[in-house]
Amino acid sequence: MQQANWVPAGTDLEQPNAARVYDYYLGGSHNFEVDREMARKAIAFWPELPAIMRSNRAFLRRAVQHLAEQGITRFLDIGSGIPTFGPVHEVARAVHSESRVVYVDHDPIAVAHSRLLLKDDPQSVVVEADLRHVDDLLSRPEVAALLADGEPVALLLVSVLHFIVEEDDPYALVRQLRDALPPGSALVICHASLEGRPDQAGAHQDLYKRTPTPMTMRNREAISRFLEGFELLEPGLVYLPEWRPEDPESVGPHPERMTGLAAVGLLP
Amino acid sequence: MTRRPDGADRVDASTWFHQEWERLLRGGHGMAVHPGILSRLVSRTAALLHRAQHEEPFRPELAGQVGAQLVDAHFTDPAVLSRAVELLQLGPDTDGRGPALSGAFAAGWAEALRERTLREQEAIRLAADTARREVEKALRESENKFRALFESAAIGIGIGDTDGNIISVNRALGEIFGTGSTDMTGRRVDELVHPEDTPGVWEAYEDLIAGRTEYFQFDKPYYRQDGEVVWTHLTVSLIRDDEGVPLYQVAMLEDITDRYRLQERLRHQATHDPLTGLPNRVAFFERLEKLFEEPEPGARFGLCYVDLDGFKVVNDSLGHDTGDQLLAAVGQRLETALTPLGHLVARLGGDEFVVLLEDCRGEQEAVAAAKTVLAALARPVQVGDHSLAVGASVGVLERRVATTTPGAAVRAADLTLYRAKEAGRGRWTLFDPKENARAVSRYAVSVRMPAALDRGEFFIDYQPLCSLADGSLVAVEALVRWRHPQLGVLGPDEFIGVAEETGLIMPLGRWVLEQACSQATEWVREFGDRAPQINVNLAVRQARNAGLVTDVERILRKTGLPPGKLQLEITESTVVGPEDEALKALHGVRDLGVSLAVDDFGTGWSNLAYLRDLPVSCLKIAGSFVGDLHDPAKDAHTGWRIVSGLVSLAHTLGLTVTAEGVESGADAERLRQMGCDWAQGWYFGRPVRPDEISRRIAEERRQAEEQAQKHA
Repeated sequence: MQQANWVPAGTDLEQPNAARVYDYYLGGSHNFEVDREMARKAIAFWPELPAIMRSNRAFLRRAVQHLAEQGITRFLDIGSGIPTFGPVHEVARAVHSESRVVYVDHDPIAVAHSRLLLKDDPQSVVVEADLRHVDDLLSRPEVAALLADGEPVALLLVSVLHFIVEEDDPYALVRQLRDALPPGSALVICHASLEGRPDQAGAHQDLYKRTPTPMTMRNREAISRFLEGFELLEPGLVYLPEWRPEDPESVGPHPERMTGLAAVGLLP
Repeated sequence: MTRRPDGADRVDASTWFHQEWERLLRGGHGMAVHPGILSRLVSRTAALLHRAQHEEPFRPELAGQVGAQLVDAHFTDPAVLSRAVELLQLGPDTDGRGPALSGAFAAGWAEALRERTLREQEAIRLAADTARREVEKALRESENKFRALFESAAIGIGIGDTDGNIISVNRALGEIFGTGSTDMTGRRVDELVHPEDTPGVWEAYEDLIAGRTEYFQFDKPYYRQDGEVVWTHLTVSLIRDDEGVPLYQVAMLEDITDRYRLQERLRHQATHDPLTGLPNRVAFFERLEKLFEEPEPGARFGLCYVDLDGFKVVNDSLGHDTGDQLLAAVGQRLETALTPLGHLVARLGGDEFVVLLEDCRGEQEAVAAAKTVLAALARPVQVGDHSLAVGASVGVLERRVATTTPGAAVRAADLTLYRAKEAGRGRWTLFDPKENARAVSRYAVSVRMPAALDRGEFFIDYQPLCSLADGSLVAVEALVRWRHPQLGVLGPDEFIGVAEETGLIMPLGRWVLEQACSQATEWVREFGDRAPQINVNLAVRQARNAGLVTDVERILRKTGLPPGKLQLEITESTVVGPEDEALKALHGVRDLGVSLAVDDFGTGWSNLAYLRDLPVSCLKIAGSFVGDLHDPAKDAHTGWRIVSGLVSLAHTLGLTVTAEGVESGADAERLRQMGCDWAQGWYFGRPVRPDEISRRIAEERRQAEEQAQKHA
């Protein structure tokens, strides 16, 4: 049975939370000691994590900017977390001032925080919903309205699918979302990968095991299956820094160390 | 590169500083920043630093502003501070401003970072508080929802702790127990025992509160506050805390008293004769067959087949009522005399009774039982003003169980009875195999039904079935009669049993179906849509016959009757189980487009479960249900509730309901109000000749046309 409308998920501050840990990696202070403690442990194992997160953030920016330049003015950011630095609406509005963004997260604190940030912004809304309950997510009025007019929508699944375990069938969830998108829409995907740094992946997944959002890293083949039905934009499914870099130097000598794989696909 | 080139001139030093500054900002966090924004940040901060390094007067606070701007642009990594301080120390200043500049930069950066950190901490705290308040609000709302659900639920709900104390019950539960909801709290669950509790219910309860099971379901009776018994469908579930420790038990109770009583009544009706209250034919055969299931070696049994002498005379001369009262009195006497001996007395129908001796010790005991029967009926029976001397004849059979079958035993006892009658009345005769064989052939000859069919001694009357909504005639039931040369006209109940036993039911049933279908076709030709549906009874044997579907199909083709105009009526005993082969034939008939109805519903049924699986579309409630409503000995209120229960049961199953035996307008109206669809009975018309039916349809048509003209 689905419980999305019954009682919201807990606000347990004694457990680390992926959105706040991510904020810490990015140098923010929207986090609590329990989040920092976990982040510090992770960084001790894997010092490049903050750089990977920045790389991830930079990819999101480039992807949103590119799609905005292609004329997309509607964005559905699922798993938006705590978007303090370079949030989607800011990036998109730099291109089209009327861009609409619906942020979706299932963490009540991230949602409350996003609402505080966006309370004076009529074009951006925050929805508390769970990607694992797509029916419920799609039925929310704000989400339905964004998808209703047949205008293309950019669906952002940036660093969120690796928090969906296989038992919840992430492929079916993405298919269901895809089927709800109007033609010409886009899927922006970025997913923690086992490739690049197989030596780090195991220990890192273990750390997330005690959070409410355990992590499932996937390989290239598994990640590319999320993009079925979409036509990939150049350069396809690549390591984070390799996706349309603004200048070739920023890719660096070891893009595979930024272990996330990223892609943008268009729905015919 | 850490050191600036030594001996470089001032311009080179400035260029070097600018390059290093840009490199610092483009690395690390800068990689995530939009290049345009980053370029603007680089040039703005570099310009400020240039002024701080070279302008007069010396304004170190400009470097402090740069530090703050970097933090605002999210450059919060301490590595940025470290490198910036280093660069400013080495910077291209002219008069040793480096230390002061780096100090001011560090102070500005730290101040801004402190502010930013405090701001963000406050924001996330606020967000956490807001989220927590939202959750609490949602929990409160959820709690209110639950409370409302609990209070207003139509089902009784009670919550108890695992020690068995009742903590809280809702209003519905209070109503079930006939108490206020507060009177129940504080009582103990284990006080609520009832002598009729299903075995195992309390063991299941113990398992549940001990945490060994999660829930259990039972039908359970309780005593209400007023001492009455209420039957409930009880479901109890265990609620555990997050660690899995049992916390509460939640009981949900649905009041099924009416349903339970209906079932009890149906069970009783199915196995008891309404007139005498004795076990009926079905119950008798069940008991008899049980004897044969797993008999002890050498087990014996006895049968006394009893038939009243001269009953027909009483019935014909003094009327059915007197006859019925006589039968009831006889039943009473037999039961009083024989039941204490451990024997079963049953009424098989008409004026036939049977005594079954289980574990019979020998012929003497069976003969003794027969003598007891005769002695019990020796004194005249007082019925109203009449003192009726009724004798009886008894056929006695006493055999080893292993040597015969139930059917053969009953037939043999019946034939023995026949011999007793022939030998002069008021006596008992003991079964004799040789005599038995002789009697069988005589009996068969005397019946001669096949000849009757050939001679055209059968004919059909039709009884109307009317819609309760507007009283219109919607169907007719075909009822076969036998114009017997000696006995006069016989109704189906007088010869169908024999026809079934002899197998004549097959040709007779086929004949009736053909006749009825061809009559119905005539009505369709004459009246079109107004023509009634034809209902034809289907005997058990016909339903079990593999050729049924072919027969029906052939007759429909031959007569040209639309299949939708034909409904076959089966009895409850036609299908005895989900594996019954008759089911296949019934499905085949249904597939032809012919509908099926269960006739006499409530009189022969013992398992409601099969009803679901039958391909029927209609239930005909047995006439005795409506008849009983006017029996002063029976509670009419309960009677109506039973009828209403049957109607809603049928509707639940998606069946239409016909009430049989409707004899008054008041009953018809009440049945209509409870949603009963059709009715049949004297009030709506007795069985009549087909042209009478034609006249009636023509009359209805004329009235409808007049009505239509008035409106036109």
